[in-house]
Amino acid sequence: MEIKKLASAGTMESSDAYVEIEPGTDGVEIQLDSVVMAQFGEDILTVVRQVLGDLGVEKAKVRVVDRGALDCVIRARVETAVLRGKGEA
Amino acid sequence: MATKLVSSIQEAIRLCGLKDGMTVSFHHHLRNGDYVLNLVMEEIAAQGIRDLTMNASSLFETHSPLLGHIENHVVSLIQTDYMAAGLGRAISQGIMEKPVQFRTHGGRPSDICRGATPIDVAFIAAPTADPMGNCSGKYGPSACGSLGYAFADAMHAKKVVVITDNLVPYPLQDWSISEDFVDYVVTVDAIGNPKGIVSGTTQITRDPVGLVMASHAAQVIANSGLLKDGFSFQTGAGGASLAAAKFLKDIMLEKGIQGSFGLGGITGYMVDMLQAGCFRNLMDVQCFDLKAVESIRTDPRHQEISAMQYASPTAKSAVVDSLDVVILGATEIDTDFNVNVHTDSNGYIMGGSGGHSDTAAGAKLSMIIAPMFRARLPIVTDRVQCISTPGRDIDVLVTQGGIAVNPRNAELKERLVKAGLPIMDIRELKEKTERITGAPKTIRRGDRVVAEVIYRDGTLLDSIYNVPGEQR
Repeated sequence: MEIKKLASAGTMESSDAYVEIEPGTDGVEIQLDSVVMAQFGEDILTVVRQVLGDLGVEKAKVRVVDRGALDCVIRARVETAVLRGKGEA
Repeated sequence: MATKLVSSIQEAIRLCGLKDGMTVSFHHHLRNGDYVLNLVMEEIAAQGIRDLTMNASSLFETHSPLLGHIENHVVSLIQTDYMAAGLGRAISQGIMEKPVQFRTHGGRPSDICRGATPIDVAFIAAPTADPMGNCSGKYGPSACGSLGYAFADAMHAKKVVVITDNLVPYPLQDWSISEDFVDYVVTVDAIGNPKGIVSGTTQITRDPVGLVMASHAAQVIANSGLLKDGFSFQTGAGGASLAAAKFLKDIMLEKGIQGSFGLGGITGYMVDMLQAGCFRNLMDVQCFDLKAVESIRTDPRHQEISAMQYASPTAKSAVVDSLDVVILGATEIDTDFNVNVHTDSNGYIMGGSGGHSDTAAGAKLSMIIAPMFRARLPIVTDRVQCISTPGRDIDVLVTQGGIAVNPRNAELKERLVKAGLPIMDIRELKEKTERITGAPKTIRRGDRVVAEVIYRDGTLLDSIYNVPGEQR
């Protein structure tokens, strides 16, 4: 799946995550900033990669600003950003 | 006419003979609106005095200029009961050589009265005073209500300076601290910003999670066996605690229960309960909002108390010893019911005991009310990062997803199970939470002690370590 344009999903509210995605050239680059980086940073990266993989995104730059979102929220925000980025949502 | 008025803070400091290495003290009734601590410390720094101990009942964000005084070695030791997050972060990063000494609102006056923490000069921020030093928090443009935390300082410091922005002719009637303790009186333009001194009325939470917690909390109290005529109660000023008080009020009115007293930091909601007939009296060490200030000024049933009478373990008795129920908060609680209110989930200092461990020790039922998790971080851990209140003094944890009773209080557990409340083992509650959040990784801590948590009896309860590097 190709990311065609800059897109975003989510908010900066506590317990939410804000996800931005844009076309990439060389694989998937993820930049993560989280209030629970020390406790859940790796878990969040795993979930983001998993959602991108499931949706077949191979090239993209992704920026996640996590404000303590649960996994289900992160999945939803990443998926929505991807669908918006390819112009489907 | 006799007077203790001196021309300036600078003059008062000089007359008090303040020198390097001495101890100065402050109280926190003006909270985040306080100007006095910063004004005084600026003058002290300007006079070149160094290496002071600062004993302050609490420190707020507005006191951040203190960081400069630490850097310049004007202040080398801090003794306090509570420290806001901005200052706390710097302390956690290790800016002081000597660890901060955290006490409790009862332990601080206890240690002052028994001479463990002598004070050379106490500065009393007084919303109204007369020229001989009789002073009150109930009147004046910067009125804050009770001056409870300042009594021990005024009675035991070698020198006492009253600083006011509302000087009235002698004698002030209805004083809190009397002239026989006061050396000098100084007038300034303003002792504080009224907007920061007392908040408007804190709103009861509308968050459904908070309301479920509050409803559980009220049900726990209603079924504890303690809710009967003569009932006494303390709660915090957080949204869910206030909602719990509101639900409790409804139950008390419905059942026609008249309690004896409400205690604490007093909010407008406690005043409502007094006026509705839920309590005969309020015992007030600090007012949290304008409604409480108005009430303590006008209603004789609403009584100011000193911090010694509030919570000192070495007073002949303290009000906490007569307390039935207290509702308290937590940043973390562990499976042994130890509670942390000093540090955040990353180990940075962001609070302090205040009266947490004093009321928990005194009350027959000590309840922690908290959500199962905040911003993904579970409230229940295997071990809290810092023990602020020992688990032996906590009876019950109330969350939206279940209520855990300390096994030490089997009778309470039995009562609550019988009442049909969702009781579960605290380990079960932890697992239930982690099924939603995932299990957090343990964070790294440094190897240098940046603060000591001194229990109300003066013994060391726990140590807080520095946070290494930038950890978020």
